[in-house]
Amino acid sequence: MVSETTWLRWIVALPALGVLFNVFVGRRAPGAVKLVGPGVVGAAFALAVWAALRRPEGGALHDHVYTWIVAGPFRAEAGLSFDALAMVMTLVVTGVGFLIHVYSVGYMHGDRGFARYFAYLNLFTTAMLILVLADNLVLLFVGWEGVGLCSYLLIGFWYEKPENAAAGKKAFLVNRVGDAGFLLGLFLVVATLGGHGIWTLDVATIQENRALLKDVAWLVCLLLFVGATGKSAQLPLYVWLPDAMAGPTPVSALIHAATMVTAGVYMIARLHFLYALAPAALAVVAVVGALTALFAAAVATAQMDIKKVLAYSTVSQLGYMFLGLGVGATGAAVFHLVTHAFFKALLFLGAGSVIHGLGGEQDMERMGGLGTRMRITFVTMAAGTLAIAGVPPFSGFFSKDEILWNACAGAFPVLGVIGLLVAFLTAFYTGRLFCMTFFGECRASEDVQHHLHESPAVMTLPLVVLAVLACAGGFLDVPGLLGGEGHEAHAPLAFMLLATALAAGGLGLAWALYVKWPGLPSLVAWRLGAFYRLVRDKFRVDELYDAAVVRPVFALAEVSATRIDPQLIDGAVNGAGRVVSATSGAWRRYQTGNVQHYALSFLAGALALLGYWVTR
Amino acid sequence: MTPPLAWYLGLSAVLFAIGVLGVLIRRNVIVIFMAIELMLNAVNLSFVALARSTGSMDGQVIVFFVMTVAAAEAAVGLAIILSMFRNRETTNVDELATLRW
Repeated sequence: MVSETTWLRWIVALPALGVLFNVFVGRRAPGAVKLVGPGVVGAAFALAVWAALRRPEGGALHDHVYTWIVAGPFRAEAGLSFDALAMVMTLVVTGVGFLIHVYSVGYMHGDRGFARYFAYLNLFTTAMLILVLADNLVLLFVGWEGVGLCSYLLIGFWYEKPENAAAGKKAFLVNRVGDAGFLLGLFLVVATLGGHGIWTLDVATIQENRALLKDVAWLVCLLLFVGATGKSAQLPLYVWLPDAMAGPTPVSALIHAATMVTAGVYMIARLHFLYALAPAALAVVAVVGALTALFAAAVATAQMDIKKVLAYSTVSQLGYMFLGLGVGATGAAVFHLVTHAFFKALLFLGAGSVIHGLGGEQDMERMGGLGTRMRITFVTMAAGTLAIAGVPPFSGFFSKDEILWNACAGAFPVLGVIGLLVAFLTAFYTGRLFCMTFFGECRASEDVQHHLHESPAVMTLPLVVLAVLACAGGFLDVPGLLGGEGHEAHAPLAFMLLATALAAGGLGLAWALYVKWPGLPSLVAWRLGAFYRLVRDKFRVDELYDAAVVRPVFALAEVSATRIDPQLIDGAVNGAGRVVSATSGAWRRYQTGNVQHYALSFLAGALALLGYWVTR
Repeated sequence: MTPPLAWYLGLSAVLFAIGVLGVLIRRNVIVIFMAIELMLNAVNLSFVALARSTGSMDGQVIVFFVMTVAAAEAAVGLAIILSMFRNRETTNVDELATLRW
């Protein structure tokens, strides 16, 4: 059941108005930015809650804003649809987004680009809301590109540093590779349905006519999945996300943990009816998800930068979500998306609080012993750590367990086993992060220790709210809300115990290595030798891409710039000029300017005509 | 006793050829100008001769036109030559060859 409304558009419009305010008025009124920036997102959240209450049971709210594109028979509407999946996403985007906006007020306090920052952040929220609320794939693509753009803008927010600007560019370019696949997928859908006279990309219409797509479904799904690997940082296009940590920490929390990177998961969940037609594509999704989860979790165990650990952790957790999608557990995947948004935003904001307190320090080698000095951060981070590690009854336990159980019970139990291994690694690296930061001796310099302080209330309050959500989020029945396909089994008790044991084991190992015997890790690293260095260097994937893609492209550009352009292109243009000049140079000799020469040619012409007439 | 038509036309052709040669080989603008007048009058001669032999007045009327045009042309041409001479201090056509590339 779908009921039409005309006010759903305001959920998107409010943050958009915030953008306009921050761009045009913000610079002159920084005080107002503090209120308007978070305020519009808070208002959007309130409206989303209102919409959630008004949504018909098992149905959707719909808002047709205007007819956007009419091109021959093809039509695209600017329409918003608020069904169960969109509702979950909208509440997460606006809710978690609001908390991060509030936190940002404290974190970005005094920054020169304060208004610019909030303009970008509001623009991001707008784009993400368009993405999740769009009722057709063309409009979804607008949001899809919008979040990519904002990601670029926010990663390179402190663009004075060249490496930040480079990280932004990298994110944009890698995303572009994925977007090309996404677009090709859309074209294929339009072409195939158009062949049957259905010229639209409306999701509901595609769902009704999905039988027509049966033959190309596998290709469509794989192309769309390429887009998802770009946006959601899966193998092989994950490389931009760890670099994206160059942006301000709240940005990492909002974009690179809680919302934007979930766009790929959301898109596949939205189109799961299409993926159901293509078991092969689903298997690819599951395998890529599982491998990404394992790969990123392994890398995360050896990173020293606190934000890098969390970044790889995000990649790994997104891998879980794709694993869930791949084994058909759409509800569980979206459930994990929600709980991950809570605890990962919490972990990032907590890390931001630590970095803030230490005056910009991100290296965990120079942290430690902060547990007593930053009480609130310590307690909230503990909640986040337990949640991501999957300790019951924290939120991560429930969502992760459902994915893992579905993977183990699915067609490829080996993926479930990989998932369990990742669960152990996850517990280990988050435990490591937590122990190195909050326990033991403080390894920061005297000067930094002197200035060490707990963050202001505007930052700690969102932490507390998120900590509550991370603790209790597991009791939300997201799969049930999405009308769970029925075959999503709940894990038996023995499986839960196994997962819990793995989580406890990982945390315990981290505690043993980094608190009890702090000398051990370097010994282990030394014994592992080359393998440890390989993991620490992130398996040198960036170097591989550099050699395989970036350098050849630069070499091609070099050849184009120094050889092809000046010699071939310019040569052709200049050559054409020279030919004309040479031929006309020969002809112009006949223009002597001497009238007698002209008269002679008159005479010759007259005689020739005369001769012609006489001899004819 | 009048000479036959061919004689008139032959004289006219000779005069015209002299005019053409004058235009082509002389270097002084004034002389070239005179040669042009010679060519016009050679044509006039053929016109009147033919008019006389055919008994038609058309040719004689055309001659008046030609003389009128020749007078006008002489006036304009001499004015041009005069101003050229004032500017360039020469009447040699080889030196008046700047209207070109």
